[in-house]
Amino acid sequence: MTKYTEDDLREELKTKEYEYGFYTDIESDTFEPGLNEDVVRAISLKKEEPEWMTEWRLEAFRAWEKMVEPEWANVKYQKPDFQAISYYSAPNTKPKYDSLDEVDPELLETFKKLGISMDEQKMLAGVAMDVVIDSVSVATTFKKSLDEKGIIFCSISEAIQKHPELVRKYIGTVVPRTDNFYAALNSAVFSDGSFCYIPKGVRCPMELSTYFRINQGGTGQFERTLLIADEGSYVSYLEGCTAPSRDENQLHAAVVELIAMDDAEIKYSTVQNWYPGNAEGVGGVFNFVTKRGICEKNAKISWTQVETGSAVTWKYPSCILKGDNSVGEFYSIAVTNNHQQADTGTKMIHLGKNTRSTIISKGISAGKSQNSYRGIVHIGARAENARNFTECDSLLMGNECGAHTFPYIEVKNKSAKVEHEATTSKIGEDQIFYCNQRGIDIEKAIALIVNGFSKDVLNKLPMEFAVEAQKLLEISLEGSVG
Amino acid sequence: MELKEKLIASFMAFENLVDIDSPVHDVRSEAIKEFETQGFPSRRDEAWKYTSLNSILKHDYSVFPKSENHIDYNDIKKYFIHDIDTYKIVFIDGKYSSHFSETTHDGIDVCLMSSALSKPKYRPIIENYFNKVATKDGLTSLNTAFSQEGAYIHIPKNKSVAKPIQIVHFSTGNEAALMLQPRNLIVVDENAHVQIIERHQSLTENPVLTNTVTEIFADKRAIVDYYKIQNDNENASLIDSTFIDQKQESCASVHTFSFGGKLTRNNLRFYQNGERIDSTLKGVTIIGNKQHVDHNTLVHHIEPNCESHQDYQGIFGDSSVGVFNGKVLVNKEAQKTNAFQANNNILLSDKATINTKPQLEIFADDVKCSHGCTIGQLDESAIFYMQSRGIPEKEAKALLLYAFGNSVLSSVKIPEIKQRITNIIATKLGINIGFDL
Repeated sequence: MTKYTEDDLREELKTKEYEYGFYTDIESDTFEPGLNEDVVRAISLKKEEPEWMTEWRLEAFRAWEKMVEPEWANVKYQKPDFQAISYYSAPNTKPKYDSLDEVDPELLETFKKLGISMDEQKMLAGVAMDVVIDSVSVATTFKKSLDEKGIIFCSISEAIQKHPELVRKYIGTVVPRTDNFYAALNSAVFSDGSFCYIPKGVRCPMELSTYFRINQGGTGQFERTLLIADEGSYVSYLEGCTAPSRDENQLHAAVVELIAMDDAEIKYSTVQNWYPGNAEGVGGVFNFVTKRGICEKNAKISWTQVETGSAVTWKYPSCILKGDNSVGEFYSIAVTNNHQQADTGTKMIHLGKNTRSTIISKGISAGKSQNSYRGIVHIGARAENARNFTECDSLLMGNECGAHTFPYIEVKNKSAKVEHEATTSKIGEDQIFYCNQRGIDIEKAIALIVNGFSKDVLNKLPMEFAVEAQKLLEISLEGSVG
Repeated sequence: MELKEKLIASFMAFENLVDIDSPVHDVRSEAIKEFETQGFPSRRDEAWKYTSLNSILKHDYSVFPKSENHIDYNDIKKYFIHDIDTYKIVFIDGKYSSHFSETTHDGIDVCLMSSALSKPKYRPIIENYFNKVATKDGLTSLNTAFSQEGAYIHIPKNKSVAKPIQIVHFSTGNEAALMLQPRNLIVVDENAHVQIIERHQSLTENPVLTNTVTEIFADKRAIVDYYKIQNDNENASLIDSTFIDQKQESCASVHTFSFGGKLTRNNLRFYQNGERIDSTLKGVTIIGNKQHVDHNTLVHHIEPNCESHQDYQGIFGDSSVGVFNGKVLVNKEAQKTNAFQANNNILLSDKATINTKPQLEIFADDVKCSHGCTIGQLDESAIFYMQSRGIPEKEAKALLLYAFGNSVLSSVKIPEIKQRITNIIATKLGINIGFDL
């Protein structure tokens, strides 16, 4: 690993505004803005979907029409005009590719700027990538070695074509179409996403990874991820995001569904670094995501997230601990700077016996940002011996930001053990003084302290991600302490 | 007729009873309009998510009790803290009972809201303080609209009240269903000190709904200790809203002991308008059957260098429901705030429910704020330890439960109250603790 020092970082920050703020000019096949039944049908047709899928989308659309946008979150923003968004955009070079040579060179250039060298990824990292650029899957690597194990890892549109029985059986079972406003919208118009199926007893040999990027100006991105881990299987899934900088707010309403059957384990890690808007709070991505997993007997779902981007984040990765002895985990770092707002947390719904959950949430707010933790721990009446531990810590930098916690704890069983603790603090002057004394300057001291503060969560990330995440934390907090 | 319509209609009748030319009446008229728009809270309101008023609002309450009722002192003696000398303000079915009361105007004012609202000599205080800190939500507005009777306490500068003041409300059951709306105003001037004990007691099986509002003003360096004893029978419901406005270096504490009632809701709001203020909010809740207790607290840190301490302990048996919603709000200017919040609960039955939401909203960076919340059971090994030393299981459990609530009792300053609460806890837990605590 090359050494990346603080000086490099500072130098880098002086010169660039947003590293990934470029815009690739590819001839796009984009729909006119607006949303009605015809648009939903057209999306479905475009994707060559079977009849049942079209109907499924339409039902979701009809439900969505009757819903109102939720307002309970502790965020303020200009509501998007849903009729001013184009609901489909795809790079128009078709059909799909078997090798990289066939890919539009401009697209490859995009990847290069983002620092993803396909070959390098293939060779060194051992990561299979399902790259999504503006909603259509362009290249899938490592497919063959996955195929040997019987693992299905493809775009959801491909899965609808090739494995309709699996998709039809599981889609919408964890996040129903009518779950909430954004989930309904997503169900109606989702353009693409990832699908993954791990067969019984298979341990996925590599970290599965998908990169989402929002490319075409003014297009919303509606990703749909469905991940099924069959009995006794294991999978670790990574999701990372960057987006070009835009002045207009971009909407992202994704739905992620995880299904962990008996004895299965899913580890889902996210690094989110979408464009947060500039220092004055103009532009930036709206990130309204519904993520939820269901655990059957002895299963385990672990969510790890590092949220540094987006102007507004509204995200609650949740676990339904349905089976006995199932385990849910949530590790989160949310960093907000300038005018960013984050309202994030988790829901742990304990239904089965001996279920356990752990929540560790670290919020860091700087500048004029607002950072909220909102979570539910629900222990059902039949959840004997359920156990929960929650820790949410906030770190404040400067007196114009805010940190908030909204924990809901609902317990209906006497054998439950629930602990919740939260602290709010700032970086102590004595801590900085201690570092200064030993020749570490303020900027470095702060990076050191922030890293220590978030260590519990960073440790949970897969290696490759942990490095990236650490770098992101530093970049996000740049200039927040004077 | 729905209770809301009935109340709005009876406001006109109420206007015949009071002086409608006084400035206070403008406040009342304003408030009834507010209530008309807002009505009673429902579970759709975030603050009432876990508490539904439906079951208690369905009764046909009489709003104005007709006659003054007499009761025998021996029947009610046990509801007083009678082993020490106190001032007493006693109400029976909402009417002042001069027979049981002991008020004073000697240097301090311990008297009635009705006279404070009507007599000119109290006008400056009423104008300065009445309805100044109470919020404008539906229930509080309803109380404001019908505010007429209650306790009025004014402690002038540098006075320390020699004995505690008891405010006791009795309901006798002469009415089939009774709704009471007492309104208290407590003004504690600079450097003064007062201790107040409040209790609501129903002597009947008939349903009683009390919607009480208390406003407390603690001026510079004032010390206010307020104890609420809630051990009513299971047909009585209480909605208690207490608002405390503190000035610099003042010290206010509210202890809430909730052992009874069908539905009890405590809205407790502290506003720290000055530096170096100390606020204490403590509570013990022990309930069973189908009882419901909801503590909703707010501490608003507005200025720097203040502290707040919250500690609520709850023990829930049978099908009871406990709710705790504690909010600490720290303004941008309130640097160096220390705010602590703890909420610990024990569930004794599988049908009991606890919903808790310890909430922090912080806008200042140089603060120390923490909250902790636990839900758990008695430590098996501790019970075993005691059993192995010859303490029966039942007593061992009661000891542990008693110890659990003790962190709250330790800050009670009046020994007689501590003793009284200890006895109530022992009765509630069904054992004789058998040693002096």
